[in-house]
Formats: sequence, C-alpha cells, structure tokens
Amino acid sequence: MDSLFANFHYLSFDEGGWGWNLLRGLASTLQISLGAYLLGLIIGLAGAFGKINGSAPLKWMLEFFTTLMRAVPELVLILLIYYAGTSAINHVLELMGLRPVDISGLVAGIFVLGVVVGAYAIEVIRGAMLAVPRGQQEAAEAFGMSRWQVLRRITLPAMLPFALPGMSNLWLNVTKNTALLAVVGFSELALTTRQAAGTTRAYFMFFFAAAVLYLIITLISNQLFHALEKHSRRGQPELT
Amino acid sequence: MQWYWLPEYLPQFLEGLVITLKLLIYSIVIGMALAIPIGLVQVTGPRWLAWLARAFCTSIRGTPLLIQLWLLYYGLGSLFPLMPELRESFLWPYLRDAFPYAIVAFSLSVAGYEGEVMRAAFKGVPKGELEAARAFGMGRFTLLRRVWLPRAVQNVFPTLAGEAVLTLKSTPLAATITVFDVYGVGSIVRQETYRVYEPLLLVAGIYVFLTLIIVLLFRWLENRVPRPV
Repeated sequence: MDSLFANFHYLSFDEGGWGWNLLRGLASTLQISLGAYLLGLIIGLAGAFGKINGSAPLKWMLEFFTTLMRAVPELVLILLIYYAGTSAINHVLELMGLRPVDISGLVAGIFVLGVVVGAYAIEVIRGAMLAVPRGQQEAAEAFGMSRWQVLRRITLPAMLPFALPGMSNLWLNVTKNTALLAVVGFSELALTTRQAAGTTRAYFMFFFAAAVLYLIITLISNQLFHALEKHSRRGQPELT
Repeated sequence: MQWYWLPEYLPQFLEGLVITLKLLIYSIVIGMALAIPIGLVQVTGPRWLAWLARAFCTSIRGTPLLIQLWLLYYGLGSLFPLMPELRESFLWPYLRDAFPYAIVAFSLSVAGYEGEVMRAAFKGVPKGELEAARAFGMGRFTLLRRVWLPRAVQNVFPTLAGEAVLTLKSTPLAATITVFDVYGVGSIVRQETYRVYEPLLLVAGIYVFLTLIIVLLFRWLENRVPRPV
C-alpha cells in the first residue's frame, strides 16, 4: 500500500508539482459555483414569485419547467443546455448580422449550472414564501405598501429562515455539480485533477486530493450557512 | 429533428436500459442495507462507531460522486494490478470490469445519504414505543425488526422516494468509466451520427419516464403501508 501516496511530491507547488494547477482548478470551481448560484437565486426568486402571483398559463409553464428539470439527470441537462444555449446565442447573433462567438467555458458553465440550480431554487423559495403567515403581508398592504415594498420589506426577510436550509443544500449541490462540467470539457477542479492524474499516473493520490479539496469547501460552507441561519432566526424562539 | 437512426440503435438502448436499471436497483438495495446500520449506530452505537459512521456520511455527502467514482475506478483500479496475489484470485475478472466499480461507488453514495436519513428516522421514533416493546419482553433484535425499523421507515418513506429519484439521476455518471447505460448509448449515437439534440432528448425522455415509474411505485407502496396516526 506504500504506492498509494508515494508520489506526494506531485502535489507540491515547485516546478514539476501540480499544486498551483489544482488551486487554479479550485478557484475556477468556486467562480463557476458562485456565479451559477447567484443566477440560480435570481431565477428562483423570479420563478417563485411567478408561481405564486402569476397568471394561470405562466404558473403552468413554470410547473412544467421545474418538474422536467428535476426529473432529468444533471449530466443530460448540462449537455442539452450547453448545446442549445450556445447555438441559440449564435443564431441570434447571426440574425443580427454579427459573427458567431466562442462562448467562454466560464460563462457557459455558469449559465448551464445556474439554470439547473434555478429550477430547484424556485421550489425552495416558493415553499418558503408560502410559509410566511399571510396576515403579515396583509398587514403590510393595509399600511399602504405596494406589492414590491411588501416583497422587499416583509416577504423576503420573513421567508429567509425557511429558505436557508434548502438554499444551503443547493449551494453544496452546485459546488459538487461543477465536477460534471469536466465531462463537457470545462477546466475546473475535476478536469484539472484528471489531467494531473493522467500525466503523472498517480491516479489515487490526485483524486483523493481533489476529494479533500471539495470536502473542505463543504465543511466551510456548512459553518457559514449555519451562522447565516442563526442570524436570520434572531429574535425567534429556539426550534427543538 | 431526424430520427432515422432510432431503429438501428434501439436494441442498444434496450441493453442500456437494462444496465441503468441494474445500476439503480443494485445500488439502492446494497446502499440501504448499509444505511440502516449506519443510521442505527449513530443513534445507539458506541461513541467511536457513531463517530466513524458520521465521518463516513460527511465525506460521502461532501464530495462529488464523480470524484468518488473516479477515485475508485482509476485510483484503486490502477493499484490493483500492482498486487500479484489479486491477479490470481477469483476476484480478478470483476476487478477488470468497470461495472462493479460503478455499483460500489453508487452503493456507498446511497449508504452515505440514506445513512443520514435513517439516523433522523431512528431518532424520530417516540421513546415510549420502544419502551413499550421492551416491556413486552422483546429482545434488541426483535424490537428493531418489529417496532423500531418499521416505524422509522414509515416516517421517512416520502424522503426515500425522492432519494431513489436522485440515485436514478446519478447513474449516468457510470458512462464516464465506460459503463454503457442509457446515457452512454446516447453518447455513442451522438458520436456516430453527429446528431446532437435527438439522442439527448430521447435519453432525457427515458429518464423522465423512469422517474415517473419510481414516483408511482413509491406512492403505491406508501398506500399499502399503514399511515402513522
């Protein structure tokens, strides 16, 4: 078993070591995750608002979208959205008389994962919005607040404690789902690791190192979300 | 949309479907069999065992399944040939095949996620029921078999249905280690015919259909189990 970690020097930051490459991969994984999460948050808020307040056809369409997105494997969705998205953008550019562009891996990755997160976020945020007691919103309306003000001042802050557990799960999912982009060929942590492993033949050690890096992201995120949840519940009675 | 390739590849898709179902069923059965003790020791086990189970769940849930799969297949798989004793053993044909690695990776993943679910489930069974069972003179295993486990499963049944769908959706990862499930066959079609959307849409449709079956199956099972009052 001594061959497991015998090639430890490959992880170094010196010449011949893959340390910097892995860290760069980690950085782009975090970048894609953050971007996709923010996009997903926007889609989630808009979609949840539409599902609750929208017209019947809009509600029906959103329901169709979220159901479908949650039934198809992420890997298939990533490929579909990637091909469909890039060709749609180039089609539009062509119609406008512009030359087609090469969409950067970063932007495409953020877009693809953001749409997937968004579909799940719609459900999480919708549930949280519905959990806010109706009376609070009615009270705000009675004070003469507009719909937008009610959303900003009452619904969003009050739903936060209900939404945070689900949203923290989604954040952990998106950081792990970035690894799927390796299959499409985006250079993030998983693909960098695979290249490093393939070049040095130290497969076990590199994949183990990558797993540790992902685990560190998860553990730190857990602490952050825990603190955030505590903050959002301030002033509320302790839950058992 | 052009579907001229479909008749030619249909038999391959059927084979892929069988592989996908095998991946799903094996990993759920093995994974759940592991998840029950993993959940249980976290509630009643000795502290070191509880700690170990907890560490296992955290590591499985905290790292991408794709990395776990590659760690097993490329990582361990590249080390096995270095051990001459293994080459001669009856295990060798299995160790060269990709399918068992996929099963092991998915089963461990199910065990990690469901271990956490079962921990909460065991914890959620009211103490009074367990005490009542003990008062009836039930031994520890009788109590587990007759009261604790059924009551725990009953409480988390809807969660388990959702988890089964998640497991189905992670099976296409096996295609990255040369297991040709439905998704893998779809990729072959994509490479050989240069049609991008049609095979992907067909694959997506198959997964939606399978999801529907899982949901209906669990709903049917749920109706057969007496409801908690």
